[in-house]
Formats: sequence, structure tokens, C-alpha cells
Amino acid sequence: MSETAGNTTGENATGANTTAANTTGASTTGANTTGAKTSGETAFSMTGGKVTLDRRPILRGVDLTIRPGEVVAVMGTNGSGKSTLVRALLGLIPLSGGQTLLYGRPPARFRDWWRIGYVPQRLQVGGGVPATVREVVASGRIARQRRLRRTSAADRAAVADALEAVDLTARAGDPVQHLSGGQQQRVLIARALAGEPDTYVMDEPTAGVDAETQRLLADTLATLVLQGRTIVLVAHELGPLEPLITRGVVVRDGLITHDGAPPRPEGECARPGHEHVHPHAPDEPGASEILGRGAGAGPLNWQGEA
Amino acid sequence: MIELLQAPFFQLALVAALLVGLCAPAVGTFIVQRRLSLLGDGIGHVALTGVALGFLTDTEPVLTAVVVSVAGAVTIELVRARGRTSGDVALALLFYGGIAGGVMLMGIAPGGGTAKLNSYLFGAIASVTTEDIWVIGALAVAVVAVVVIFGRELFVLCQDEEMARASGLPVRFLSLVIAITAALTVVIAMRVVGLLLVSALMVIPVATSQQLTRGFRATMALAMTIGVVVAVGGLLASTLSSRVPPGAAIVLLALAGFVLALGVGRFVRRGRVREPGIHGDPTTTPVREAA
Repeated sequence: MSETAGNTTGENATGANTTAANTTGASTTGANTTGAKTSGETAFSMTGGKVTLDRRPILRGVDLTIRPGEVVAVMGTNGSGKSTLVRALLGLIPLSGGQTLLYGRPPARFRDWWRIGYVPQRLQVGGGVPATVREVVASGRIARQRRLRRTSAADRAAVADALEAVDLTARAGDPVQHLSGGQQQRVLIARALAGEPDTYVMDEPTAGVDAETQRLLADTLATLVLQGRTIVLVAHELGPLEPLITRGVVVRDGLITHDGAPPRPEGECARPGHEHVHPHAPDEPGASEILGRGAGAGPLNWQGEA
Repeated sequence: MIELLQAPFFQLALVAALLVGLCAPAVGTFIVQRRLSLLGDGIGHVALTGVALGFLTDTEPVLTAVVVSVAGAVTIELVRARGRTSGDVALALLFYGGIAGGVMLMGIAPGGGTAKLNSYLFGAIASVTTEDIWVIGALAVAVVAVVVIFGRELFVLCQDEEMARASGLPVRFLSLVIAITAALTVVIAMRVVGLLLVSALMVIPVATSQQLTRGFRATMALAMTIGVVVAVGGLLASTLSSRVPPGAAIVLLALAGFVLALGVGRFVRRGRVREPGIHGDPTTTPVREAA
């Protein structure tokens, strides 16, 4: 427990952690907040993370710190532990060793869950009880809602925006069970969007979806990146998401084998001159300007709640 | 018929049927969604020991049934939450123990015996007393309150437990809430349809409803309507002849409704132009990227 967040951030933050940590997080839409540079806050911080499932080691000591505003792709082959890693970052899978912090707190004591937008690998449709697209997307608001409080106008507006963003407004009243795999993936993304979080964790959002959904996802992510959102996504291959990624983490056999520049595909993007458009890390000067972080609201109104 | 409606025992039976028809499907919707359709059966088995304990200790069986079935439901939930393969066997052992313990205790209890046992196993709605109605009424209020207060969270939990966790919901607490609510429902329904058929009223109306609806709320609302209709309908049917047991009549009526809904549902779905198949959707190109 001695290796706390302060320790890990200390070595990564470029001496800029004098600024008070931005605990409200919602203000990342503000003008100049390129979170990573101005605060010592970490979104995720895992030190020596180990996960064992059924006595099989899945993660074997992972150190990973992700700062606000980073767009991180966690890559690796099937069974490498990449999906386990992101779920462990959220505390969805208990660690058998080491520790992980969510905005400086262990997941069990984390309270600001509205900050997190989790997109699981696939939609769970329940035991056959139908649920409409709107009902599922609206459930993304749950971390912002209080018991006995009725659904507010803000809730409804956020759900409508999220449905619009993934182009499912016309299907809002249909049961999710009737949608195709790609459409269900969009429902999952809309559910995360509806909660208006500032940190997205997506488990293989591109796996097995149609080309249209891939493009739509890339557009949606681009908007989120513009707003300075923190994004951690698990991917087998990046495809159209590639230009948005600022950092690549490769997992193999439960260990991180690469952490830094996202792997470049051959072809046009491999040219040296292309480098500046895709900054390796948000610490590099100019990264945020080029990506246009904090340039204000995109086509969607994603401001966090005041 | 009119005379019967004026008979106090029948009025009590009617109220009991109404409350059960309303509560069981409401809880059942969450339970079916959570793929725990047989939870009610398991609790029912355990509740029998509670009933027998009541006879043995000379306390109101409904009250001891509440205590024991809640304890059983909590145990089932704790075993389920561990999620290991041995949990399946542990649950089975619990159920057998519940039935055998109930039969044994009932046998040695002074006021017990097989006749009494039958009335709890298969229901005896005509013998519902005013005190029973008070207990059933209070439990029904508790069940409805849970659905109103926690409904939104329970929906997320029952749909996708991991999502509930990632939304910061108190997953363990909510899981216990749903298990305990199910236990209360079992006790409410015990007098009406009997412990062996309790689960039927939690599951069949939901299964029926989901043939016809598109959303979760709609499914629950329709299931509750169906629950009330079959519970009251089955009770009325049992008045036609003294040889018709009300509990069985209610469940058979519910099953008939399910078969009907199955047919109607298929017909309705075929009528919807936009959904040619279960997963088919002509509006999007089914282009799939090679993974």
C-alpha cells in the first residue's frame, strides 16, 4: 500500500503537479484544461497488478498509469489479458496482488462513478425480458440519478443526444434483442455517452462490427477526444480509430510488453512526416493543440453537469 | 355466485389472489431478467421448513416462513455471488434439506400432519384468515415499495451485473434486496398457489408478457395485469366445483394464457414489416469486418 498514486504520478507528471487536482472532472470541457498537463491527477493507476482467475494467472504484475486526457489503446492477442486489464482498472475484477486506483482511490472507495463510461464487450440481453433501446441507453444515466428522484429533463436530453450520436433514434422503441451485433454495439456506446462521463473504458468496441459502425465509432471518439475526454480502449486492431490514439499499450501473457507510441501500420501513416499529427504522448508539446483538445463543445453537447 | 362474493372467506381469498397476482410477476420480471427463474422454487422448498417450524413452536406459520425463507434467500444469493461451479450443488442440497426438513418437522409437530402439509404445498386459498391477509398485505406493500424505490437500479443489475458495478451501484446490497423480495413474495403466494407452484406465478406471467411487449416497463406492467387476471380468474374457476383446486386452476390458467400469447406474439411479430427475422434488419448492411 506504500506505492500510492502520488508515487506513480510523481515520476510521470512533468513537474506540473503543483496545480490542485481537478476533482470535479466535469470541467474538462473548459477552455484550456488538457488535464494531463496541468494536474498531477491520474485517471487510472495500477501498480504491480495481479489477477488470478481459477488459479490461472491472467495478469502477472502490471504497472500502468493513465492520466486525464490520454487516449490509450490496450492491444494484444486473444487471451493476453488485455480485457482483464481494463476491467481490473475499474475494479470489476478483484486483484490478487498489487493495487489499482481510480482517480486516486481504490475502486471500492471510489464514489464519482458518473465519471466512468464503461462499454463492455457485448450487450447482455437478460433472460429474455425485452428492453427497448431507449431503456438500455437511459440506464447509462444511473450513476447520475438518485433513488426516488424522477427522470429529469436533463436525463431525457442526454439520452436523446446519445441516441442521435449513434444514429439509433429511429430504433429507440425497438427491443435491443432485435438489433444486429453492430447496432447492439452502438447501443452500448450510446449508454456510455448518455451518462456524460469524462472517462471512457471500452472493451473491444470495434470487434466484429460492420464498417458503418466502425466509422460511426471513430467519429464519436473523435468528438470525445476533442473534448479532452480520457479514453482507454481495448482493441485487436485499431482500424479507423488509429489516428485518435495517443498511446499504445501492448499486453502479452499478462505483462505489458510495450507502452508508448501506438503501433503504426505500414503505408501512408508510416511516413516519418506523418508523426506530428499523431503525438506519441500527451506530454509532448503541441499534442493538445494539434488534436484540438478543449476546443469547446463538439456537435454534441457533452458538458458535464454543473 | 353473488352469495359467494358476499361470503367473508371468499372476499379474503379474493384479496389474497389480487395481491399475489400483482406482486409475484413484478418481482418475477427482475428475476427472469436475471436468469434466476428457479429462484422462487428454491425459496419455496426452504420456506416449507419455516412453515413446519411455525407448527412445531406454535407460532404463526406465515411469520416463521418469512424468517426462514429470507434466511434461505440470503444463503442462495451468497452462494450464487461466489459463482463457483460447486455453488450449483450447494443450492441443490439447500433445496432438498428445505423439503425434507419441512416434512420431518411437520410430522413431529403437534398440530401438523399431511393434511396441513398439503395446504401449504398446494395452497389453500379458501382457508385464508384475516390475520393472514394483514401479513400478506404488509408483505405486498414491502414488495411494491422495493420495486418503486430500487426499480431503476435493479433493472441495471438484472440486465448486466458488471455494468451495475461499473456504475457504482451497491451490487451486493441490491442482490440481497432482490433475493429477500423474492422470499417475501414466495410467502405471500404460499397460501394462494402453494409452495410447489409459487414460482409459476412469478415466471409464467412474465414469460407470457414478453411474447407481446417490446420494453422492460411494458413487460412488467402487462405481467402484473396478467397475474391479477389469472389469480382472480383461477379462484373464480375453482368456485364452479368444489373439486377444482384453486392453486392448480390459477397456474393452469396462466399456462393457457402463455400458449395463447405465444401464438398471438408470433402473429404480431410477423405483422411488423421492419423485423423480418429475430436479428434481421434491412436498414443496415450486414457487412462484417473480419476479426
